[in-house]
Amino acid sequence: MTMMVKVEEKLYQNRYIVDESRPHIQIKSVEACQTCEKQACTFCCPAACYSKNETGGVTLVTDGCLECGTCRVVCQDKGNIAWDYPRGGYGISYKFG
Amino acid sequence: MVEKFDAIVIGAGPSGNAATYTLAKQGLKVLQLERGEYPGAKNVQGGIMYAHELEKIIPDFRDDCPTERHIIEQRVWLLGDDNYVGTNYRSEAFNSDKPNRYTIIRANIDKWWGEQIRKVGGLQICETTVTELIRDASGKVIGVRTDREGGEILADVVIMADGVNALLAKRAGLQDEAAPENVALAVKEILFIDPELIQQRFGIKEDEGVVIEIMGKVTKGMVGTAFLYTNKESLTIGIGCLISDFKNGDCPPYRMLEDLKNHPVIKPLIEGAEMKEYAAHMIPEGGYKAVPQLYGDGWMVVGDAAHFNNAAHREGSNLAMASGRMAAETVIELKAAGKGFTASNLAAYKKKLDDSFIMKDLKKYRELPGIMHGNKQFFGAYPDEITAAAHNWFTVDSIDKKTKEKQIMKSFIKRRSVMGLVGDAIKLVRAVR
Repeated sequence: MTMMVKVEEKLYQNRYIVDESRPHIQIKSVEACQTCEKQACTFCCPAACYSKNETGGVTLVTDGCLECGTCRVVCQDKGNIAWDYPRGGYGISYKFG
Repeated sequence: MVEKFDAIVIGAGPSGNAATYTLAKQGLKVLQLERGEYPGAKNVQGGIMYAHELEKIIPDFRDDCPTERHIIEQRVWLLGDDNYVGTNYRSEAFNSDKPNRYTIIRANIDKWWGEQIRKVGGLQICETTVTELIRDASGKVIGVRTDREGGEILADVVIMADGVNALLAKRAGLQDEAAPENVALAVKEILFIDPELIQQRFGIKEDEGVVIEIMGKVTKGMVGTAFLYTNKESLTIGIGCLISDFKNGDCPPYRMLEDLKNHPVIKPLIEGAEMKEYAAHMIPEGGYKAVPQLYGDGWMVVGDAAHFNNAAHREGSNLAMASGRMAAETVIELKAAGKGFTASNLAAYKKKLDDSFIMKDLKKYRELPGIMHGNKQFFGAYPDEITAAAHNWFTVDSIDKKTKEKQIMKSFIKRRSVMGLVGDAIKLVRAVR
C-alpha cells in the first residue's frame, strides 16, 4: 500500500539555518539534466530538493536539504552536481539526530 | 599569526570525539573543528550505542552520559505484506549495573562528548567548515583551511573524522567517490510518546529498552533493512536501502518510510506518537573491499570517512570510536618516541586496525555486500515465501501436516527452483563464514 506522502510536512519539523542566496549545492549544466534519461535525483533525494521542470530539466531548491550526499552519489556518472557543505553553522541543525 | 596544534581533528561525531578526547587527555594540544551549530547538529544515528568501546575511553561514562534505555530485548522481524515472522532474545542478565547496549539520541550524546573534551583540555570549535587540507611542497598534510576569515590552521597531524561524505579526502585525491552499491541511504523519524505507552506496548519497565531490526517486504525488494527503537520518551523508526537500488527503483525514501509506519504490525506500536524530526544519512555498506587508503604523510582517516561499518551486525559507532582512539594512540606513541608523522610511521595505525575487531570483522564479511547486492531474492522472494509458509503452517484447517509441508516446499521450489535454493544456501554461507 503506497499513499501520497508530503515530504514538506516532515521537513517542516526540522530546524534549518538558511544561508540566504548561497545554495551549497548547484546543478552544473542545465542541458545535462535535460538529456538525463533517469533523473534519479528527483526520486532519490530524501528531502525532494530536486523536481522535474517544464523544460525537461531538473530544478533544485536546497532549502530542505539534509546534507546526506545521496544526489552526488547518484549523479557521479554524469558528474553534474557541484556538492559542498554549507558554511559553518548553516544548513540543517538536528535537535535529536 | 597562524596557530599551530599537535593535532587537528575534523568532525565531532563518534570517531572524532574519541580521537580528540584521547589526545587531549594525554595532554596534547588538540583542536577539533565541527561545521554544525553545536556538536551533533549534523550527526544522525539510529541509534544504538555499544558500551564496551566507550568504556575503554571513558570508563565511568555511565555517571552522567545521557543515554536513553538499556536494551534487554532484541527482536528480528521478517515482514510480509500484513504479517511477520520473527525471533526475540530477551534476558534479565541485560539488567546488570553495567549494561552493554543503550538506545541513544545522537545530539544529546555529542553535546555530552563536547563537555568531556573540554574537561580534559581539548579545544572544540563549532560553526566552522574545513574547506581543504593544506599540504607542503612534498605533499605532506600540514594543516587545514576553513571558511572563517584568516582560517588557516597548522598541525603536525590531521585526523579526518568528517563522516561518510569524506569530502576532504575526496577533494585531496585520497579517496574516490563511493559507488552507489557501496552506500545506503537511511531515513528516520523520531516520534514522541508517553513513556507509559512505550512500556506497555513493548512489555518493559522504566529504563528498559527493546530494539526491533526489520527486513522484508517494506524495502520493496531492495537491499535494505528497517528498525524501530525505544527511547525514554520517544521511538525512532527508520529504513534504509542501497543507493544503487533507490536509483533503479522509483520509490522515494520518505514514501518507503511512510509505508513502514503504516504496516499493520508496526502501526499499533507507534500509534498516537508525535513526529518531531525527520533525518537522512548515508551509511557506508561496501565493507572490507571499499575501505580506502587510511593514512599518509601527516594524515589519517577514521570512522565513517574510512568506511568502517559492519553492516551484517549493524555496528558502526563502535568501529568509529575504536578507530578514533587508535588513531589518537598512534599519534601519542609517535610523539613520545620523537618520531615524525610520516606515512611509514603512521602505518602503525593500520597495524592497530588490522589487529583489532574492526578489520577482522570487515574481512570476515568481505563477500557479504557483493552477494546481497547481486541476489535480490534475499530481500524479495524469501520474505514472501517464509511469511507465507508460516501463515500456512499456523492456519488450522484440517489439511494434514504432511500435505502442508509439501505445499510449502513446492512453493519455495516454484519460486527459486531446487538448484536456486541450494545455490542461495551456499551463497549465504560464503557471505558470512
